[in-house]
Amino acid sequence: MKVLQVIDQAYRTTTEEQDDTILWLTQSMRGAGGDLMVLLSGHGVHYAISRERQPALTLGTWRQTQPAELPRDIANLVESGVPVYAIQDDLEERGLGGLALQNGVRPVARRAVAELYEQADQVWHW
Amino acid sequence: MSDTKTLTFAFMEPPFESERTVTFFRLLDAALDRGAGVRVFAYEGAVALAFARQQPHGNAVHHRDSEEEDHPLTKDWIAALQEKARSKGIGFEWINCGLCVDERGVNDVIEGCGRGGPPDLWRYASEAHNTLTIGTR
Repeated sequence: MKVLQVIDQAYRTTTEEQDDTILWLTQSMRGAGGDLMVLLSGHGVHYAISRERQPALTLGTWRQTQPAELPRDIANLVESGVPVYAIQDDLEERGLGGLALQNGVRPVARRAVAELYEQADQVWHW
Repeated sequence: MSDTKTLTFAFMEPPFESERTVTFFRLLDAALDRGAGVRVFAYEGAVALAFARQQPHGNAVHHRDSEEEDHPLTKDWIAALQEKARSKGIGFEWINCGLCVDERGVNDVIEGCGRGGPPDLWRYASEAHNTLTIGTR
């Protein structure tokens, strides 16, 4: 079975969980033998051009030591054999169309998304 | 061998925050009505749905004490669906993401709800007729 994980929400709990929970879930299921793809859509396309680790949160005397590293997490997914796509139209709508994508992230036109869905047995829209 | 189909649900919303939670439970109930087995992977805030220490309370604004208010609790909804599935002879399984449970301190869950991780979601999905994911917004 092949599953397409559609990540439409960006930066959801990334400060508290120190990762994106769906990227984490995908990586974990990949480790368990899952056959997965990732599609970054909507605000999720920000992950495709992210280059830096999240800034650490400081609250009073408490300081975060391990903020999220989304570029690392995307790179690890690609390296593990999970194809990662980003919708080009959503990048352009957000003024991100001219920026280089992270290594391994593939742009896909919105009109081609249906073909991507066809490649999966199940599509999980988060 | 039963030919009853099984549906997998992955859910992220906590109790008492979002209408999605009620909709999710109505979907589970409807699935059981149609004779489908149900398997739930509760992720992130959804692990609190099965927390055993949920307590009903009265409501002074409603002029009702705790008994009269009969406040809804998601742990009771899960228990009711477990009972419904049992009475129909179909499966109803519930696994909480263990790490999500730990970080929230909601380890004390009602009977019939287990602890697991993403491999369990993958197993549930691989064996199910189909899977519905409901993320937070």
